[in-house]
Amino acid sequence: MATFFRFCFDYIAYVLKGDKTYWLWLGFLFLLLIPWGYGNYMQFTHGMIVTGLTDQVSWGLYLANFVFLVGVAAGAVTVVFPAYVYKFEPLHKVTVLGEMLAIAAVVMCILFVLSHMGRPDRLWHMVPVIGIFNFPHSMLTWDTLVLVVYGILNFIGGFYYLYQKYNGRPLNNLWYLPLIFVSIVWAFSIHTVTAFLINTMPARPMWHHGMMPIRFISTAFAAGPCLIIIVFLVIREKTKLWIEDAAINMLSTIVTACLGVALFLTFSEIVTELYHPTEHSGGVQYLMFGKHGLNNLVPWFWTSLAALVIGFCLLLVPSIRKNHDNLPYICTMVFFGIWVEKGMGLLIPGSIPTPIGEFTQYSPTLIEIFNCLGNWAVGFIILTILLKGAIGVLVGDIKNTEAITEENTEKSTEATGELATGGAS
Amino acid sequence: MPDNNIPVTDVTASPGPASPTRRNFIKNTGITTASLVGTAALVTGSDEAKATASWAEHFQGNYRLMTDEEKQEAIDRLEKRYSLEYDKKVTVDGTEAQEGVLFGYALNIQKCIGCRRCAKACVEENNQSRGPDQEIEWIRVLKMEKGEFTRDKLNDGYPGDYGIQVGGNAYSAAGVVLEGEHYYEPEKVPESDSHYMPIACMQCEKPPCVKVCPVRTTYREPDGPVVVDYNWCIGCRMCIGACPYWARRFNWGEPNLPKEEMNPNTHYLGNRPRMKGVVEKCTFCIQRTRHGRYPACVEVCPVGARKFGNLLDPESEIRKVLDRKRVFRLKAEANTYPKFFYYAD
Repeated sequence: MATFFRFCFDYIAYVLKGDKTYWLWLGFLFLLLIPWGYGNYMQFTHGMIVTGLTDQVSWGLYLANFVFLVGVAAGAVTVVFPAYVYKFEPLHKVTVLGEMLAIAAVVMCILFVLSHMGRPDRLWHMVPVIGIFNFPHSMLTWDTLVLVVYGILNFIGGFYYLYQKYNGRPLNNLWYLPLIFVSIVWAFSIHTVTAFLINTMPARPMWHHGMMPIRFISTAFAAGPCLIIIVFLVIREKTKLWIEDAAINMLSTIVTACLGVALFLTFSEIVTELYHPTEHSGGVQYLMFGKHGLNNLVPWFWTSLAALVIGFCLLLVPSIRKNHDNLPYICTMVFFGIWVEKGMGLLIPGSIPTPIGEFTQYSPTLIEIFNCLGNWAVGFIILTILLKGAIGVLVGDIKNTEAITEENTEKSTEATGELATGGAS
Repeated sequence: MPDNNIPVTDVTASPGPASPTRRNFIKNTGITTASLVGTAALVTGSDEAKATASWAEHFQGNYRLMTDEEKQEAIDRLEKRYSLEYDKKVTVDGTEAQEGVLFGYALNIQKCIGCRRCAKACVEENNQSRGPDQEIEWIRVLKMEKGEFTRDKLNDGYPGDYGIQVGGNAYSAAGVVLEGEHYYEPEKVPESDSHYMPIACMQCEKPPCVKVCPVRTTYREPDGPVVVDYNWCIGCRMCIGACPYWARRFNWGEPNLPKEEMNPNTHYLGNRPRMKGVVEKCTFCIQRTRHGRYPACVEVCPVGARKFGNLLDPESEIRKVLDRKRVFRLKAEANTYPKFFYYAD
């Protein structure tokens, strides 16, 4: 137990140490929490009327960000999967960073769901035993379940790894490896269930098709690694931890492949919807070209499509893909493109037209934007802290000094060596 | 089609004199009572009672799962709070469904003249929020324009050089498109070029909204109507997404229900005043129909287009309509089995 407290203490002490850039970055994120506080206060006291949502378009920016971030959380598996299934060593060494990203993304998802709820004070109504958890009927309960469990799996997996590494002890693969493989499968489940959340409603024809889960997964496995590549490049630049070129190249290859699949699915959907457009194609028509003179989403759709197509074409060229100077820009573009595609391209037009054929536009209010930025800021604060601590452990800045003095140095090096290859063997 | 975004105004922070908000009313009530009675103690007392009541409301369970005593407690609490808030004796009814009753509704689209008296009567009866910041109506009347086919467009639809149908009469509405216009403002109804199709909750036997609710706050009652326990709703709006008939409404802000317009005869699962952040919908006027009365919309319809009754009683008017008229369900392909039928003579 004493070791555990020492770990927590060392971890926190390390996280609180940082250079000017580190504090500037955190300061910037904390600054975003001021309008966030105001926005949350307004929404909690006055109700959802402070948002741009209506009875016609009752799901908006909050749920759009939620859907996107579930994808980012699932996308963390693009680090874990090659590391453990293909025993890809360059990623295996930094798997824990992917798990940290998953934890932060799950926290953001929960924040966005809370922002979306009209009565967040009644969240306990969903807690089994004290409330009613309408499982297995309600898809939202499935989503809650898979998301929370995914967060817990990554938390246990990540922090167990860090804790063992901190103490210079080997991992117990008897349960650690099964945990990792369960979490890999689980990553697929979270985004699949999120797709089911919206595509099981025949009342919304734009979502009501079987391609939705795979479209979700393919975009997730493009957006997730995009963010990870950017994070990895920043880590290489700013910290002592060196992430190998091969790791980054593997991730950019995954982005390319998944982005290709995503674009193909988008293309298939457009052809299906528009070759003979029915009343059910109203959403896609409104999204792509506008309808009845309403065209809020048209620029978003084409910008997103352009970003994804250009990004894909650039990534196809190996020399561009492997050039780590350009890669962050391409990744940012693709990440943004998919964010738009999930929100303005899918979630919002799903409610337009309404089931009775009414076209109503939706634009978020400033308060919604404040709250969204704030939720992202909280997520990135958590991500920064988690990554900082994890890197500290990986490079050996945080380590149990007493454990090393107790045992002889040779033995502890052996243990660390075993740790590095432990998962793969 | 007009852009019908509910204006995003901050109701509670900037109440105009013309549109006092409920919160303001509560405040004003406090002040007037104080000056009338002249004792600050009473104000504190009533505020305290209100606070205790709403505090206890936070911890009550799902209505359907309460014991009879708990239900009575919840009802007493609400009656006390509402009576204080609206300055009149408010009753909250908890009458359960009767054995052997299944409510059904039928609407004669041939007779409907689109006057929307039903929609207005519904608002008065069911204590919905009033405009302009947040106007909630459970009934919307869709105006269906009749199509126009002209001789000069006769050849426009003929496949041209590329063999593609490009337009012409084929593109005219025939009067049955589901892009119903429900904001029409004519001087007189019925308009000669239109017919009307009122919609509201279809009280489906297989309601998609009930299935998606994560906390089972909305459910079908044994006598048919799909109801909402407003105190249990978490405001996730899954049900709004799942409803194929756009029948559900959300209280985006604190509802604006003027004291003098408040209908004090309420039912727990029906027209009792709602709070912000919860979903509401038509309940077939559960507070009336469980006591043998007609829903307000049936009562008010000037042309007798609306019929209501017990589907299990072969002698009821509704059963006679279903037996003898040409009946259809709206969006039957959605397989939700509405108990709201349309018919023509």
